[in-house]
Amino acid sequence: MRELTVKDAINEALVESFQNDKSVILMGEDIAGGKGREEYPGTQDSWGGPFGVTQGLLTKFGPERVRDTTITEAGFFGAAVGAAMTGLRPIVELMYVDFLGVCFDQLMNQAAKMRYMFGGKQHVPMVVRTVVGAGFRAGSEHSQTLYSLYTHIPGLKVVAPYDAYDAKGLLLSAIQDDDPVIFMEHKRLYMQKCHVPEDMEPIPLGKGRIRRPGKDVTIIAIQRMNLFAEEAAELMAKEGIDCEIIDPRTYSPLDENLIFESVRKTGRVIVVDESNPKCSLASEISSLISEKCFGDLKAGVIKITAPHTPVPFSPPMEDFYIPSTKKISEAIKKVYYA
Amino acid sequence: MKIDQNKLNWIYKKLFTIRSFEERIKKIAKEKTVPGYLHTCIGSEAICVGVMSALNDDDWISSTYRNHGHSIAKNCELKEITSEIYGRSTGLCKGRGGSMHISDFDKGMLGSFGIVAAGPPVVLGAALQEKINGGTKMAATFFGDGAIHNGAFHEAAGLAKLWDIPMLFVCENNGYAEATATDWHINTKELKDIAKAYDMISYQGDGNNVFEVHQITRDAIIESKAKSTPIFLEFKNYRFSGQYEGDTQLYQPLEEIEEAKKNDPIKKSIEMASEYNFSPDEIKKIQADALNEVNEAFEFAETQPWPKPEDALEEVYVNYPKELLI
Repeated sequence: MRELTVKDAINEALVESFQNDKSVILMGEDIAGGKGREEYPGTQDSWGGPFGVTQGLLTKFGPERVRDTTITEAGFFGAAVGAAMTGLRPIVELMYVDFLGVCFDQLMNQAAKMRYMFGGKQHVPMVVRTVVGAGFRAGSEHSQTLYSLYTHIPGLKVVAPYDAYDAKGLLLSAIQDDDPVIFMEHKRLYMQKCHVPEDMEPIPLGKGRIRRPGKDVTIIAIQRMNLFAEEAAELMAKEGIDCEIIDPRTYSPLDENLIFESVRKTGRVIVVDESNPKCSLASEISSLISEKCFGDLKAGVIKITAPHTPVPFSPPMEDFYIPSTKKISEAIKKVYYA
Repeated sequence: MKIDQNKLNWIYKKLFTIRSFEERIKKIAKEKTVPGYLHTCIGSEAICVGVMSALNDDDWISSTYRNHGHSIAKNCELKEITSEIYGRSTGLCKGRGGSMHISDFDKGMLGSFGIVAAGPPVVLGAALQEKINGGTKMAATFFGDGAIHNGAFHEAAGLAKLWDIPMLFVCENNGYAEATATDWHINTKELKDIAKAYDMISYQGDGNNVFEVHQITRDAIIESKAKSTPIFLEFKNYRFSGQYEGDTQLYQPLEEIEEAKKNDPIKKSIEMASEYNFSPDEIKKIQADALNEVNEAFEFAETQPWPKPEDALEEVYVNYPKELLI
């Protein structure tokens, strides 16, 4: 069985989308890299972004469709909005999600609202690919997740895949989708491998996935937190606690029914989110559960999140910041024995 | 050009310190003994030192993720810079910032920003404060050629001119915006011409010549203050380092790197030393002293204590109930 890294799966989804649809273009900073002039052969396309995800696209599809931009997020994000409204399917890369501040208006006010505000005559089929996540010792301005900032905005769809299979299938869907989609890639997951078939159908947005079936405790894990949830579930299995792990995969729209079905079965829930806690996905999901499944709950919902601080640089502090297998295991015991 | 002897000694010492420091950083980056991203400034020494030698100690500056040279030239404590890069509790930012965010407010560093072009508006604000409060501190924002396209730079430039704010926009044109060559991306032949759009005075100089940088900056500070106006300075140099350590640098043609070495700012400074009455032995002595200091700083940092995990909760706010952070 063919295994791919998340990074290669994303590259493959991009290549297939470029091949299948002439309206797909890609814009972003250093997505190729190089000198940009013919007298320097071999320098172009040597980078493919800081993680090498888009390497080879410029060579395969040329500079008209693969546009290495200046450091101007507001400019090329806005250009993507206009190009999307008028017939292209732009993919724009926000090198780190932390740079969102520079271009948020073009997303929050322009991309997200145009269809609604201007009477539904236009739509904005663009994809924002961006890199999220702590654990890289990259400091406060290169380590956030910010899932909830996007999820909060009506008009934007939000996707955050965990493994290579989901990354490919969901990106294919995101590119074909007629709404603006934020596609969040976790920097600590790029090199994780799993089976990805050669021919793959797009995975519909809004469908979550049961990563581990169980009957005692439901763990709803967001993106990289699936890794720690799995480790904690393994540990707890040895203690006789059978955990079910739900990976929602997309956060807008959210597969609420999948979550509720699991909660109705177990009555005990933990939500694990690497983000800051206030108004986070964890708080949103736990509030939905309290509202819709109150009678099924045997214990209060526990949220495991980062603290309400920026991401610190130094390893002991960053490790403290990120939810851990240990914290998840303790929470499992707490809800199970409540 | 007349420069007093103490300043000359300082200039050479700082040039050599920055180079030795960054060479050591490159070494530890290869050994992976330090966490996180490391952006070195080999090739920028003359700009860091030349500009800072014209500023007063308490003048304001901002830097970027490529800030080691600025921090050293701004007289931040070398041991504390190193300790910060190592993520230790005695670092300048108590381990919370790391290499990309070395800052020391007490030394006039408003911050080292990880977001391209985040600095110019912040420095504009500090300069505005000086103007409103009748202060005399100069303010200078350092940014690369990559920041020149960004709205934050343009908006700050426009406001600075509109408000008659004395400050310096210092553009280090090192040929590369991250992994993409400046001349692939630029719409104007000379970056300094961008200032024309704002009717802003601008000057251009050889960023590999520390004395030229010093003189242009010194004159610009006098003019900026006298006319109460911002000035844009472009210094051309070459980025010998990659965007960060570990970068393959395949986007930089080898022949270009070889050519740039001829104008290496350290080499050039040594060649010019005799004009300033330094003997070769004196230069060797300053180099050795600089290397010693760097070695001591790294020995210091390696032995410093780590922060406690829960130190992550400190100083998020001036005033906030701590129990609500977790």
